[in-house]
Amino acid sequence: MIFEVTPSQTVGPYFAIGVPFAGGNLIVPEHTPGAIRITGTIYDGRGEPIPDHLIEFWQPDPEGRFADIHGYGEQSTLEGFRGFGRYGVEDGDGSYSMLTVKPGRVPGPNNGPLQAPHIDVTLFARGMLNRVVTRLYFADEDDANAADQVLATVPAARRNTLLAQPTADGYRFDIHLQGPGETVFFAI
Amino acid sequence: MSTVERGDAGESGQGEARQIYDPVADTPSRYRRDPVGAHPPLDFPPYKSTQLRYPKQPLIYLPHTVTEITGPQLSDAVRLERADSDLTVQGGGEPIGERIIVSGHVYDTEGKPLRGTLVEIWQANAAGRYAHKWDRWAAPLDPNFRGAGRTLTDDNGRYEFTTIRPGPYPWGNHYNAWRPAHIHFSLLGRAFTQRLVTQMYFPDDPFFPFDPIFNSVRDEQARARMVSSFNIHETRPNWAQAFNWDIYLRGPAATLFEESF
Repeated sequence: MIFEVTPSQTVGPYFAIGVPFAGGNLIVPEHTPGAIRITGTIYDGRGEPIPDHLIEFWQPDPEGRFADIHGYGEQSTLEGFRGFGRYGVEDGDGSYSMLTVKPGRVPGPNNGPLQAPHIDVTLFARGMLNRVVTRLYFADEDDANAADQVLATVPAARRNTLLAQPTADGYRFDIHLQGPGETVFFAI
Repeated sequence: MSTVERGDAGESGQGEARQIYDPVADTPSRYRRDPVGAHPPLDFPPYKSTQLRYPKQPLIYLPHTVTEITGPQLSDAVRLERADSDLTVQGGGEPIGERIIVSGHVYDTEGKPLRGTLVEIWQANAAGRYAHKWDRWAAPLDPNFRGAGRTLTDDNGRYEFTTIRPGPYPWGNHYNAWRPAHIHFSLLGRAFTQRLVTQMYFPDDPFFPFDPIFNSVRDEQARARMVSSFNIHETRPNWAQAFNWDIYLRGPAATLFEESF
């Protein structure tokens, strides 16, 4: 027998009293060698920052190993590596910040050729009745990106919306829910 | 599924079944895609805040790769304590309102219990007010009620919270708009694909017909899956009412097939 899923509902405006936890945006512990900071801002269809968003990252470590709840595949041996980041605040300005390490490459669809380094991203907010999912890729990975099977399915003109741009201490990845630079979102 | 290995009586002297955890067998290679209409549309004009916050371009099909079928283990990160699942003991005294036990199971769509998965809740107090700085509804705050909890499901996929029945409250979506009483739930599942945020409602709420968020789920049977049931057998005599609510997250894809890709 197959059961039907419980439907999604909006996270609403008040999730900050419950969902964020201390250090939630530390995908790796502070002072981890090679740690980078990924920052960005979430924009609505008017180009205004969304102050009440909740964003989550999920990724492997630089060796392409996960900290998976099932213990699936080779497990990360990076000290304190959580693989998961969550950022959401009561009094936000639309921005977010995660401390992490650059992910390694993992097998592609049907265990096929390696994917380009990427992070799976979930975004929730008031006014969104379900999450949206996107992927963060890295603008300085030209060769890997060019060979990535998922990126290849994204219209070429929109691929740049998935590319995090290098900054002094990491990368910048903005998300636009609508508008000329609307971020590519995925059906998962 | 876990595999079960019979203990060798000659070595262990016990002869009892021993659970061997098999992460590969326990991890579906891909998950069932949610049917159309299982969830509300992102573009839903009756809920006005959707208008600037839904993607207008078509979504791109994402195959389920190792990134999507794995998921985090956060029990160390959130350091759970007993008070995290009992919202009535988080202040200096008893919060005001109807004390309730909210419990149920988290399953996948094959009916398999999801164990050790994080369940987080947040809610308004008995007067319908959230302990959040931007909630300006003219109802009293309760100094003994913060309104947030979290727990992990047990080996049977079961969760349980003790809390106060939240009140309904007005909001600004349209003239005389009220939200039915609800508790927000956040489910991490055991894979990135299973992540779900939803709301649990109470039986027979008179505000159901008028709430665009509840009715954003267009199918009546699907809406019913968001409504808890009163359970006299789980009430605590002279102590608390009880409501049950089971949650279903997507399970493995039914048949093995190569992703059309």
